[in-house]
Amino acid sequence: MNQPIELVPPLSDQDVERLRAGDRVLINGTIYSARDSAHKRLAELIQKGRSLPIPLQGQIIYYLGPSPAPPGKVIGAAGPTTAYRMDPYTPDLLAQGLKAMIGKGKRSKEVIDAMIRHKAVYLAAIGGAGALISKCIKEVRIAAYEDLGPEAIRELRVEELPVIVVIDTQGNNLYEEGRKKYSRSG
Amino acid sequence: MRDLDVSRITEEVKEAVIKANLELGQDMLDALRKAIGKEESPLGKEILEKLVENAKIAREERIPMCQDTGFVVVFAQVGQDVHLVGGSFQDAIEEGVRRGYKEGYLRKSLCHPFTRKNTGDNTPVIVHAEIIPGEDLRLWVVPKGGGGENMSRLFMLPPSAGWKGVKERVVEAVIQAGPNPCPPTIVGVGIGGDFEKCALLAKKALLRPVGTPNHDPELRALEEELLEAINNSGVGPQGLGGRVTSLAVHILLVPSHIASLPVGINIQCHANRHIEIVL
Repeated sequence: MNQPIELVPPLSDQDVERLRAGDRVLINGTIYSARDSAHKRLAELIQKGRSLPIPLQGQIIYYLGPSPAPPGKVIGAAGPTTAYRMDPYTPDLLAQGLKAMIGKGKRSKEVIDAMIRHKAVYLAAIGGAGALISKCIKEVRIAAYEDLGPEAIRELRVEELPVIVVIDTQGNNLYEEGRKKYSRSG
Repeated sequence: MRDLDVSRITEEVKEAVIKANLELGQDMLDALRKAIGKEESPLGKEILEKLVENAKIAREERIPMCQDTGFVVVFAQVGQDVHLVGGSFQDAIEEGVRRGYKEGYLRKSLCHPFTRKNTGDNTPVIVHAEIIPGEDLRLWVVPKGGGGENMSRLFMLPPSAGWKGVKERVVEAVIQAGPNPCPPTIVGVGIGGDFEKCALLAKKALLRPVGTPNHDPELRALEEELLEAINNSGVGPQGLGGRVTSLAVHILLVPSHIASLPVGINIQCHANRHIEIVL
């Protein structure tokens, strides 16, 4: 396996265009967490042409609803949630310049088409490795929608957050390629 | 007849939900370690190693292994000679969950289906109770995550579909689920009964510790056949390709109506959490 590639947001088209499905990536810097309810609200604001509570241009959104921070920690368990639930809202966010999404699980054709059109990548973190991933998160601030509790948008400062490129800007898909490589007729 | 104060249930359930979320069971640790040896994909192997490391961090640093600390399902076997005193059985369980999710810094993940407003304390609790002979009260406390649950399926097959039909549906369900339920998974299969019974059996099948064989030699053979077919799919750890898609298949079977062949498929992620309590 190749050495991981470092990504520091905000990202340019060139930053994401060089990534290929299967590449390993380490993220440093500021990213935002958002899941179901936050996506619904962001997409509604975009549809109405209103301003957003967080910047999207060049940014990375992590599909995350962490568990509460125990005393002495900045966050609780912090693994990815399943991405397809964000699919209905994602093309609108990509049109606003969102460059990367971190989650786990399949994406719809509409999302993949929008990723190719707007040059964005889909990255997978290890689902269920919430304790391990929490160690890469150094600072947390509520950025919007505090009323949503675990679903609030959080600004996260991360160090060497490990992810894998699953779908790249050309639409190559590691879920399909990986399965093909290891499937056997039995 | 034995009196049992329900406050003991509250205390035990509280401890169980915290322990289940922080300490992955030995059965799962053994299964994950064994899977590392079987996995051919280098990335898959690395993922399995990280899952073992994740479990270690969770246990040592007292942080949940997964942020989805689940909704709580309790399977209860209530001895008919136990007399519960001091309050309601359901309330006692829910108070245990309420306290455990607060004190254990666990995520509250229940909400109204339409407004999505969080209930705030991870209640209500889904309790399946059966009355059995004796003086014991036995509870299995199962925090169940949303990812695997969303990929679960139920089929009312025609009897002509037979085992072949069941096998096709299970393998298809696991392949269609792909990366979504955080493989490697445990697959619970309930065969027979009626509409709700097959689903309940599928979930109950997950209570069996991974690595222990089915008591029924015929079902044991069917479990092995299904596991091989699932792992030939190539889905692999996290759906990124590999030889280990599921760690085990567990089947429970009961008679069905002469017109039906019900099949419930309950998918469990690798954070397979269940604690048994005997009172």
